[in-house]
This record gives sequence, C-alpha cells and structure tokens, in this order.
Amino acid sequence: MVEPAKKIPSDQGQEAIPTERQILNMGPSHPATHGTVKFLVEFDGETIVGMDVAVGYLHRGFEKECESGTYYQAIPYTDRLNYASAILANLGYCMTVEKLLELELPRRCQWARVMAGELSRIGDHLTRIGAACLEVAAMTPFLYAVEAREIDWDLQEMLCGARLTSNYIRIGGLLWDVRPGFEDRCAEAMERIRELMVDFDKVIAANRIFVDRFRNTGVLPKERCIAYGITGPLLRAAGIPYDLRKSQPYLVYDEIDFDVPIGLVGDNYDRFLVVEEEIEQSIRIVLQCLDVLRKTRGEPVNVADPHIRWPGKDRVFSRMEELIQQFKGVTEGIKVPAGEAYAAIESANGELGFYIVSDGSGKPYKVRCRPPSFINTQPLGEMVKGDLLADIIPTFDMINMIGGECDR
Amino acid sequence: METLLEKVQAVLGDAVVDSHAYVGDATVLVERERILEVLRTLRDHEELRFNFLMDLTAVDYLGREPRFEVVYHLAAIDVELRGTEPCRLRHRLRVKVPVPEDPCEVDSVVELWPAANWMEREAWDLYGVRFKGHPDLRRILLYEQFDGHPLRKDYPKEKRQPLMGPRN
Amino acid sequence: MTEKVEILRQGDDSYLTTRVDTVINWGRKYSFFLYPFVTACCGMEFMSVAGPRYDLDRFGAALPRFSPRQADLLMVVGTISHRNAPILKKVYDQMAEPKWVMAFGACTCSGGPYNNYATVQGIDTIIPVDIYVPGCPPRPEAVLDGLIKLQAKVQGSPGWNKPRHQETSDLDLPIIEKPLA
Repeated sequence: MVEPAKKIPSDQGQEAIPTERQILNMGPSHPATHGTVKFLVEFDGETIVGMDVAVGYLHRGFEKECESGTYYQAIPYTDRLNYASAILANLGYCMTVEKLLELELPRRCQWARVMAGELSRIGDHLTRIGAACLEVAAMTPFLYAVEAREIDWDLQEMLCGARLTSNYIRIGGLLWDVRPGFEDRCAEAMERIRELMVDFDKVIAANRIFVDRFRNTGVLPKERCIAYGITGPLLRAAGIPYDLRKSQPYLVYDEIDFDVPIGLVGDNYDRFLVVEEEIEQSIRIVLQCLDVLRKTRGEPVNVADPHIRWPGKDRVFSRMEELIQQFKGVTEGIKVPAGEAYAAIESANGELGFYIVSDGSGKPYKVRCRPPSFINTQPLGEMVKGDLLADIIPTFDMINMIGGECDR
Repeated sequence: METLLEKVQAVLGDAVVDSHAYVGDATVLVERERILEVLRTLRDHEELRFNFLMDLTAVDYLGREPRFEVVYHLAAIDVELRGTEPCRLRHRLRVKVPVPEDPCEVDSVVELWPAANWMEREAWDLYGVRFKGHPDLRRILLYEQFDGHPLRKDYPKEKRQPLMGPRN
Repeated sequence: MTEKVEILRQGDDSYLTTRVDTVINWGRKYSFFLYPFVTACCGMEFMSVAGPRYDLDRFGAALPRFSPRQADLLMVVGTISHRNAPILKKVYDQMAEPKWVMAFGACTCSGGPYNNYATVQGIDTIIPVDIYVPGCPPRPEAVLDGLIKLQAKVQGSPGWNKPRHQETSDLDLPIIEKPLA
C-alpha cells in the first residue's frame, strides 16, 4: 500500500516546487506590442529575472531622408516620428530651425501653435490610456477613448485637412490660420471629451482588477529615472515635477494657467493617473488659447519675411514678384545660416529635442531627433524585473513606445 | 554673475579646446582622451551638477579632419533625492568631442549614465563610432548582416542590403 | 430524414438553389478573420477603423486573430523595413489557405515617402497582394472601401477548394544569410 503523501503547509509549498530558468521570446509580431518589438525574457517560474529589448524593426532612415531634402521637405517626416501626436513633432523641428534663423514669431501664431500642440497631446494620451485598458482586456473604456480621440482628430482635420499626419506647423508660421468658426466647435468638442473622460474614469480608474494589475507593477524610482534620462509622464509619475512647459517655457506657456500632475511611487497606476490628469490640463490650455484666438482674429500668423514663409497661392497666381519668391523658396529652400542648435519641447512622451547642424545651404547637414520613446523604452527590463510575465504588457503600454519615434 | 560657460571653463581648465554660445546654446569642445574625466566632473561638481544625459549622437563632417564629432547634450534638472543634497540648478550644456576616422573610438560613458547605453549603440550602428568600455556594443536599429554605417556621408542613401527579396 | 424533406417541400420559398462556389465564397467574404501585422502609423488608423465610429464589425471582419494559423486576411499595416521583411514572409507562410493580403497604406503599396537603405519598396516584392489601399495613412473610409472591393473579389474567385496563392512558389524567396556588400 502506498503511503499517502504528506501534506505540505501551503506557505512552504511554493518554495518546495523546484523551478528552472527558461527563456521566452515575445515578438517581433506580438499582439500586445503595437508595432514590432522583440522581448527576450528570462524567467524563474513566472517571475522575470532578466530581459533584453530589441527595437529597431521600424527603422526607416529618418535622418538620411531629412538630409537629402530641403528644410521644408523634412517636416512631413517629422509627422511620422510620433504618429500619435504629429503636430508636436512638427513643432519641435520647426522651433529648432527657427532658433537657427533667430526668428521672432507673431503672437497669434504662438497661441495657435500651443493650441494645436495640446490637441495633439490629447490624442496621444487618449491612445495611450485607451490601449492600456485594452491590454488588460477592458474593451469598453478603450471604445470610450477611441471615440474621444475621433472627436479630437476631427478638430485636427478641421485645422489642417488630415486626421493623423497633420503637417500643420511651418517654419516661421503655420500652414494657414485656423478656420473661422473653429473656436466654437473646438470648445464644444472639449466639453464632449471631458464628458467622455468622466465616463472613462468611472468605468476603469477604480476597477478592482485594473488597479490590481497596475498598482506596484513596473516601478522605476526617481533616482533610476534620472540615471536613464527619462522624461515626460514617466518622470512625473515618479514624483519629479519636471515639465519643459513650466521649467523652460517656450512659446506662450508662461502666460497660461495649468498644473503639472505628479505621482508618488512611479508605478503603472501613477502613470495612468498622471496621463489622465494631463488630458484635463491640456483641455484647460486649449480653452485658454481659444479665448486669445477669438480676440486676435485677423492678425498675421506668419512671419513677414517672404524668403522664409513664402506668399500664399492667391497672390502667387496674380503677381510676378510673389511668383518668383515662391519658386525660389520651393526649389532652393530656406537658407539657414551655418551653425548648430538644439531645441526641445515637451511632447506627449517627454522631452522631444532636435539637434540640427546647418552648413549654410538649403539642406540640413544633420537632423538628430532626441526620441523620448527610445530613451524611455531602455529601462523596460529593469522596470519589470521581479514582476510577472503579464506585467510586461501594461508596463510597455504605459511607456508608450511609438515605433516611428523609437526606431526613426 | 559669471555665465555658465565661464564657470565650466574655470572648472575644466585646459581640457576645453574651444567654446562658443551660438544662438544661446553653451558649447564646449573637449579633447578626446579626457572625455570621461570631463563628463564625470560635470556630473559631480557641486556648482554644475549635470544629472541628465539628454542626448548623445555623432556627426560626420566628411572631408574635415578629424572627421567625426560625438555630441553630448547635458542638462541639470532641479530634483530632490533621498540621501543627496537637493539640486537647485537648471541649465544645459553641449559637449563635443572630435573623433578621427582611425581609430574611430571614444570612451563610453555608460558608467556615468546608464542612459548612454542605447544611445551609444545607436551611434555605433549608424555612424560606426566605437565606444571603448561599452558593455554590449551591438547594432540596435539595423540588423547584424548589415554592412557599413548608413548615416556616414559616404554611404549612398538608396544602397539597400535586403535580407530577402530583390536587390535594388 | 424523410420528415425534413417533407417540411421543405411544403412551401415554395423554403429552399433555394445555388452553386457551392457561390455559397462558400459568400460565407468567406462576410467572415474574414484578420491578422493585423501592425508596424507603424497606419496602426493608429487601424484602431479607428476597428473603433466605434467606423466599426469594422459591420463587414464581419472585426475579430483580429493574433495567430496566423487562425487568420485568413493578412492586413499589412505600416512600413516594412528590410529587417522586418523575413518576419512578414514567415507570418504569411504560416497562414492556411485560403488567404488574402491587404496592403494598408502607401508604405506597403510602394514604399510611400520612404526611399532609402532601410525600407522595402512595396510588400509585393515579398508576398502576393490582393488589394492595395493607398494613403498616408488611408482614411478609414478608404479602408472600408478596400474591404468591400476585397469582398467582391472573394465572391468572384472560382474554385473554392483550390489553393489560391499558387504564385507564392514563384515568390518563394530564400532568406539571404549574409548579403553581398
């Protein structure tokens, strides 16, 4: 007769099970990685002990393309860096070229740029938190977020004619002024997004399963954030109130009233709440911009220099001199004085900087983008160390690695 | 009040070869052999405290001697960390190092900022600048089979090295 | 059995005649199981197409299968780089017949705005493509239009039990271990 197995006390049971290290390959085409990225994860049981992240599957030669065209021709490529918030990338690039040109922008242009950038940021944040819900199988809030994003994209479409790759900001101004009637429509849409966000928040933010999945996972304390050069919502979630819009105000951010939300411990839940609050702050900024835009309608949005912002089609088709200016501008490009400049803006993911070297010709000699996604993805392995396999996905989502920006 | 550039020059002494502040960006040019020491001083000096390595990249000035330049963008951000004195500074500095074509290498700064790990791998991948002392210098954006470094000015833009399918 | 036949014979409208091809293709075109091979910007529009406003579900194609074995429509969404090309080919090869491929966005159709060392100039150099949806990125309406056109193509395809992508063998490209410099 076989002796019955001894009952092992449950608290010791787990230690009694021998585990073996194993390596799992996630990706490159994995449903949860939105984009192609490969994780080589080493497990002990189900606990992650090591991880190698392989990026670069979407490297499409951004810098080489920019170097081969004129300064203007690089703007559409910046759209496709962070495709979830294209206007912000346009803005970063154009501001760097303007820094080299030492341009002073009209006031209305600056307010319109802030507004366009914040609309873009709202879209990016909605994508991030919507997808975060989807990762933990919460379909309903995802649909709320997508609907809010559609409303936001309708506004961007009204601004520039494209939903996603907007190409709205130009060197020395804007593609065109905001359309008449935009202000009212935008104000309505902001209210609608607010309503949707209230519903969204009710559905998910206090949901037990969601909180359990996000709380205390993917923690990166602030010391490590600084060592890894992390910026944006991830750094703020760790408790450092660093936001370029506050600490180095560009455009007219120093005249706008808004708050910078921060987290406490730097886990995924903090990140989620910070991003959610930033949407609200962005809506506040947009509404303040709309007031100014209403008052300043009719003022110029472009710099007066025809060598930088050449005249519009209405004048090009009827006047000789304007025709020549346009022709020379399009074929030769802007002449940027030789030198180098680095300018940075607060994009949805963090500090988006551009380092441009000019050799005095019509083409940029070098366009380097400081990609926040790339730098924020680097410590992913450290963030999830000690967590479970399932925690990789929400952590990866809250980093918001955008392939176009990460791999360029 | 002395400017940041003067302060940096006073601290670094003769390690600085050249400096300028074009369009407001404080820039110093540093000797290649002393870059690790210089960056360590910039990070730890109590009046500078550059706690962030914002960006690291390389530039290829084909036809110039030395051919490459490695560019570091440093930033000081005011933070309060447990166990250390709070940093109240807020400034930025660009450090440039000329790198010749042969030997195309410079000291790695991963030991100062872990952030440099991927950025140095990228500079190696796209420009072929070797970082001495880097723990894991592999290609990051391109594949191992790729031959050459595409962002060098003498690499043709449309020269493809496909893993499969038709060639050019 | 005889009872059932009797019931069918009671009314004239209770049955219809058709060809096997037609009815099977009809079933297939309204039940695409798609595999989204999402790499880049177009993925954002893919989310919109699948979202509440444009609602891909109306066309019976709202169920993404993330295993190529279970999918019959491969949507290639976004730029394919040379590093990614072997992965795409492998995913395509793993899909069971019958299978269709949609090239979603300008990059997959022709390389789009990118023409440099890193990008593939159209996925049709790697795998066969059934329908091209241009646009950078295409609007959701364009995607839905492409899907309807693909449905028409599926309805019209003859020989339901024959493998469709016979031409694949012609395109059976070996993976080059070390390309020539």
